Amino acid sequence: MTPLLKVENISKFYGRRIGCKDVNFDLYPGEVMGIVGESGSGKSTLLNCLAGHLDPDTGEVLFEMRDGALRDTVTMSEPERRMLSRTDWAFVHQHARDGLRMNVSAGGNVGERLMAVGARHYGNIREEAVDWLGRVEISETRVDDRPTQFSGGMQQRLQIARNLVTGPRLVFMDEPTGGLDVSVQARLLDLLRGLVREMGLSAIIVTHDLAVVRLLADRLMVMKDGYVVETGLTDQVLDDPQHAYTQLLVSSVLQV
Amino acid sequence: MIEIKNLSKTFTLHNQGGVVIPVMDAAELSVARGECVALTGASGAGKSTLMRMIYGNYLAAGGSIIVDGVDVVTAEPREILALRRDVLGYVSQFLRVVPRVPTLDVVAEPLLAVGVETEAARDRARNLLARLNIPERLWSLSPTSFSGGEQQRVNIARGFAHTYPAMLLDEPTASLDAANRETVLSLIEEAKARGSAIIGIFHDEAARDRVCDREIDVSVFTPGMAA
Repeated sequence: MTPLLKVENISKFYGRRIGCKDVNFDLYPGEVMGIVGESGSGKSTLLNCLAGHLDPDTGEVLFEMRDGALRDTVTMSEPERRMLSRTDWAFVHQHARDGLRMNVSAGGNVGERLMAVGARHYGNIREEAVDWLGRVEISETRVDDRPTQFSGGMQQRLQIARNLVTGPRLVFMDEPTGGLDVSVQARLLDLLRGLVREMGLSAIIVTHDLAVVRLLADRLMVMKDGYVVETGLTDQVLDDPQHAYTQLLVSSVLQV
Repeated sequence: MIEIKNLSKTFTLHNQGGVVIPVMDAAELSVARGECVALTGASGAGKSTLMRMIYGNYLAAGGSIIVDGVDVVTAEPREILALRRDVLGYVSQFLRVVPRVPTLDVVAEPLLAVGVETEAARDRARNLLARLNIPERLWSLSPTSFSGGEQQRVNIARGFAHTYPAMLLDEPTASLDAANRETVLSLIEEAKARGSAIIGIFHDEAARDRVCDREIDVSVFTPGMAA
């Protein structure tokens, strides 16, 4: 098996300050990787470099295109990268309003992404949108409502539907459950886990919530001050952490 | 099937003055197909630590653990996950599940993961739940709200759903009533008869004598604890 994504020596500096430094990893098809660390550890900077939202200062992000060739997405042209982010890639933002169009109906939000890849038949688009709203547990009766009329959890589920409708191969998620009630979080996690399995998605999830990665991620990367300090199988890193910082992180979680 | 050579383990507590605790040294163990080996030794001797290392949950400091040709000590995360999916089962004492998933699906999941058809997987799950006396009216509910004993039996059903070629059992009969204990022992005997290599921790001596072919006292591998 060949990797879907090869990340080589990615570094990003903000002036003299380190955003993230010398990050390397391979992500294989169907693999879900979690990136954890405290605020300012560089995890969001890294995610944004990988997803093409930020230009890294060094390094390559090699993605396996549909023809099997590895292409560096850092140096590809803007239109090519935009096409990727509409088709093979998806990005789930922490705040649903960053990933949704708030003045367009729920059905329109999902349909829009389909239209961006060339779907034209209104009936088919609406049918597909309703199907996807169902998969993220939003009732068909809400298809014409705007996201502003939805609760936070529903907005987040709508954002996920909008992202997954085009059948991407790689999903980037930035704190997908942040700011939601725990009961809503559980439902969202259960849903995400099912979709990841069903669609065989590869995903990179940035979060500071260790319970989220235990449930969703196959493997874990721990970041501190812009550096990767530990990587490994998720349950191994959480149950037998090797690095001082990871030990502190794991032992700081409150037990319920 | 399971071949352990010169295995060692230390815990380094960076946030407690960097204390290094050696917990295992030069452990050797070999388990063939169809064989069941019991780990014995006092509490703290490292029985669970050894099991967790074989499962890849704890990181070894040195040595090798070959399970079906894969060295768990050096394998990539995805290789360990594939091993856990196809080859190596683990029945722990505690159930850890995603909220909201019905019991029947919890038990059928390991079978679906190896590509068994949904209905066949559910049939096997129903059969196991019935054998372990979980009332049928509970099958559609999430086990998170079940009693401790029921959760333990759901966990056993899940652990035995797929016929793993190698299994790790951590106190599978602890606190079960006589009928359920008997079911679990039969499940272990059936797994052995199919050729599974099994390593278990049993505080229940009668159970150990019945299903295990030999015993390994892990305290001989524990630095400072050797008898």
